[in-house]
Amino acid sequence: MENASIFVIMVSAILVNNFVLSRFLGICPFLGVSKQVETAFGMGMAVTFVMTMAGTLTYFVHHYILVKAGLEFLQTAAFILVIASLVQFVEIVLQKLSPTLYQALGVFLPLITTNCAVLGLALLNIQYEFGLIQTIAHSFFAAVGFSLAIVLFAGIREKLETSDVPLPFKGFPIALISASLMSIAFLGFTGLV
Amino acid sequence: MNLKNLTNGLFKENPIFVQLLGMCPTLAVTTSAENGIGMGLATTAVLVSSNLVISLLRKLIPAKVRIPAYIVIIASFVTIVGMVMEAFLPALYGALGLFIPLIVVNCIILARAESFASKNNIADSVLDGVGMGLGFTLALTVLGAVRELFGNGTIFNLSIFGAGYKPALIMILPPGAFLALGILLALYNVYQIKSAK
Repeated sequence: MENASIFVIMVSAILVNNFVLSRFLGICPFLGVSKQVETAFGMGMAVTFVMTMAGTLTYFVHHYILVKAGLEFLQTAAFILVIASLVQFVEIVLQKLSPTLYQALGVFLPLITTNCAVLGLALLNIQYEFGLIQTIAHSFFAAVGFSLAIVLFAGIREKLETSDVPLPFKGFPIALISASLMSIAFLGFTGLV
Repeated sequence: MNLKNLTNGLFKENPIFVQLLGMCPTLAVTTSAENGIGMGLATTAVLVSSNLVISLLRKLIPAKVRIPAYIVIIASFVTIVGMVMEAFLPALYGALGLFIPLIVVNCIILARAESFASKNNIADSVLDGVGMGLGFTLALTVLGAVRELFGNGTIFNLSIFGAGYKPALIMILPPGAFLALGILLALYNVYQIKSAK
């Protein structure tokens, strides 16, 4: 993957290796914040924002601090701290600079720290040995893939609300089975790149 | 010390079937019963150690910075568990891959730290960690066994259906994870509805 072009990264991150439906990263917000299309879209935007920044920042932390100091084994601890402080920082800055944007994304921001998609993305970027441009592209497009999946899923769940589902399947079970069908659809993209 | 703390996590407050916490590793690594049990035990080890240390330090950690402090404690234990597994169980470490470092962001661990270990004594916190961890392991093993049975015709690599069985590959692929968990949850609900009557 070291020399993959931006286009290949885009198709791979959004469709083939979709973060939610084939890598199973970020399942908690995927199931938790997908009851309405509107909130799902807000969550998607907040995740896109944080993931792109976190992916870029952890690239610098890894290559210019951890590798230089020979401390690669601290990767997990360092990355999670970077992500947690970044989320706090974004929250404070947004509150000051753009109250409208803060109102739209604010409630989702604290949830993102424990979103494993963000940490997973940071670790994957390092594992694939991406350069800076590839890291930024992969971070952004992986988040777009996440947003696509959560918005589509919210659309399905809105319809499920009004349908007659057998009692034991109400709520999460039927949602999981719908997610399974979506995942089968995305399986069709295998082999595209 | 209260033994109820141990049994709570196993069934009544099972982290997966009741609380729906820690879904990512649950769905991702349960392609076989063996991977399920490995992931479950790794998480249990981290959960018990972090509950122990957080309970020990509960009066020292200022309330305002408690979440970052918990995350640092949890991340240290995850790093230790990861290194131990890489040294002694390299095959399992390879199979679980990315999801070992991702134990850090498993909601179960932070949830137990915040809602239990930070308020209770050491013995109870350890029991709670063991109970929740084993409940998680149980759920992962069951899910892994179901997927392995239909997707490969085996459980713990023992052939169940015999050589003539054509495996339903979909159960091992990502969609099978959602499908199997959805059906297991529905079965659990059937049991709940029946026992409530």
